[in-house]
Amino acid sequence: MASAYDTTDVPAPRPVSGEVVIRMAGVQKWYDSFHVLKDIELEVRKGERIVICGPSGSGKSTLIRCINQLEKHQKGTITVNGVTIDAHHRHLDQVRRDVGMVFQQFNLFPHLTVVENCMLAPMRVRGTSKQEARDIAMKYLARVRIPEQADKYPGQLSGGQQQRVAIARSLCMNPKVMLFDEPTSALDPEMVKEVLDTMIGLAEDGMTMLCVTHEMGFAKSVADRVIFMDRGEIVEQATPAEFFTNPRSERTRNFLGQILTH
Amino acid sequence: MIRAFGYNEFLFLVSAMQWTLALSAIAFVGGATVGLVIALARTSDIKAVRLAATGYIQLFQGTPLLMQLFLVFFGATVLGLDLNPWAAAALGLTLNASAFLGEIWRGCIQAVPRGQWEAASALGLRYPGLMRYVILPQAVKVAVPPTVGFLVQLIKSTSLAAIIGFTELTRAGQIVNNATFQPFLVFGIVAVLYFLMCWPLSLLSARLERRYALATR
Repeated sequence: MASAYDTTDVPAPRPVSGEVVIRMAGVQKWYDSFHVLKDIELEVRKGERIVICGPSGSGKSTLIRCINQLEKHQKGTITVNGVTIDAHHRHLDQVRRDVGMVFQQFNLFPHLTVVENCMLAPMRVRGTSKQEARDIAMKYLARVRIPEQADKYPGQLSGGQQQRVAIARSLCMNPKVMLFDEPTSALDPEMVKEVLDTMIGLAEDGMTMLCVTHEMGFAKSVADRVIFMDRGEIVEQATPAEFFTNPRSERTRNFLGQILTH
Repeated sequence: MIRAFGYNEFLFLVSAMQWTLALSAIAFVGGATVGLVIALARTSDIKAVRLAATGYIQLFQGTPLLMQLFLVFFGATVLGLDLNPWAAAALGLTLNASAFLGEIWRGCIQAVPRGQWEAASALGLRYPGLMRYVILPQAVKVAVPPTVGFLVQLIKSTSLAAIIGFTELTRAGQIVNNATFQPFLVFGIVAVLYFLMCWPLSLLSARLERRYALATR
């Protein structure tokens, strides 16, 4: 896959020693008889940047979608910022307020302008005043470098711009963790860089991030940890240096052989 | 004594249009209110609610409107309620319209892409806010052309209220015909008057549909 990032240099591992923000323990999920997540154990620390990769259908999107319960898991526990997800709607609300998500298809609200997209959740979920919500929205639109598009509708923007708005929209809720579900896969190649740059900016500011992506250049330069999934299991997790130069499992080697050769 | 069909008879028919329009308006407002509840129930996550709404829709779509009007009108008497033809017609048409509008709008709600629900949920919006601010505004755009189209059906359906004795345009036609014995002329005029009420709406519906098709291309 083409990438704007050099894939040869791997920076030294960055020590991460923050508190645990996400803990998944023994998480299992089935779609009917298809076992899509098998006994997932995962801890994410504050400030950590994790890239999840793996072949399609390996369960990587499902894994991050379980964290904010867009998909329900059937067994195991998921704890976000000390709140364990259960049947209480209050707990789920708490988790969703703390977890931002960016989707492959952007999923901006087409009937609202860019700035209204960003204002909706602060106003309707947090009860922020309209003026304050607008100020917050403009701050984050400036941060993703498209404040001048604030009054346009999503349909008038390029894919890369839309995805940056989607990132800003999530940031307006001041999340503690950001989930990215293949954020660059639906983009034209020339727009991938602007979105990855925005994500790198977030990482540099210390945001805790879980990214499902095929951008191996991004993984090498930004991730603290790379997780490889196959057939619903976490097969391997390692620092990018280890992962790309010395993968332990056969499945990882096959996968890397396939994606790095073209 | 047979009267000739004159200007007064014509005026009587024209003024009966107001009752057809009034009944249509009441049935539409009532049907839309209940229909929204039905549409939301049909798209609910709760299975029992979904099934109940499905049953309601099938009941009203699977029986003739005339039977529904009879059942409301005569059923009220059985229950000891004295429902006048006005109330019976309004109630019967409201129930019927709500089933059809509920089903039309269910499709419109489900036409909003899944990603919109997911993005709104991920932002922390609960069902009422998610529906009100994200899903329904988008569903409404899809819903307008078929809803206006249904309004045409509804106006024509009000003619059945004549049978339970509500004096609207069709009943006025019957009355005039009984006095003049000129059925072809009288009911011809009645048909033209219906056409004058429905045709502009049909045009509007077609135009809205074209505009929607352009907007989503």
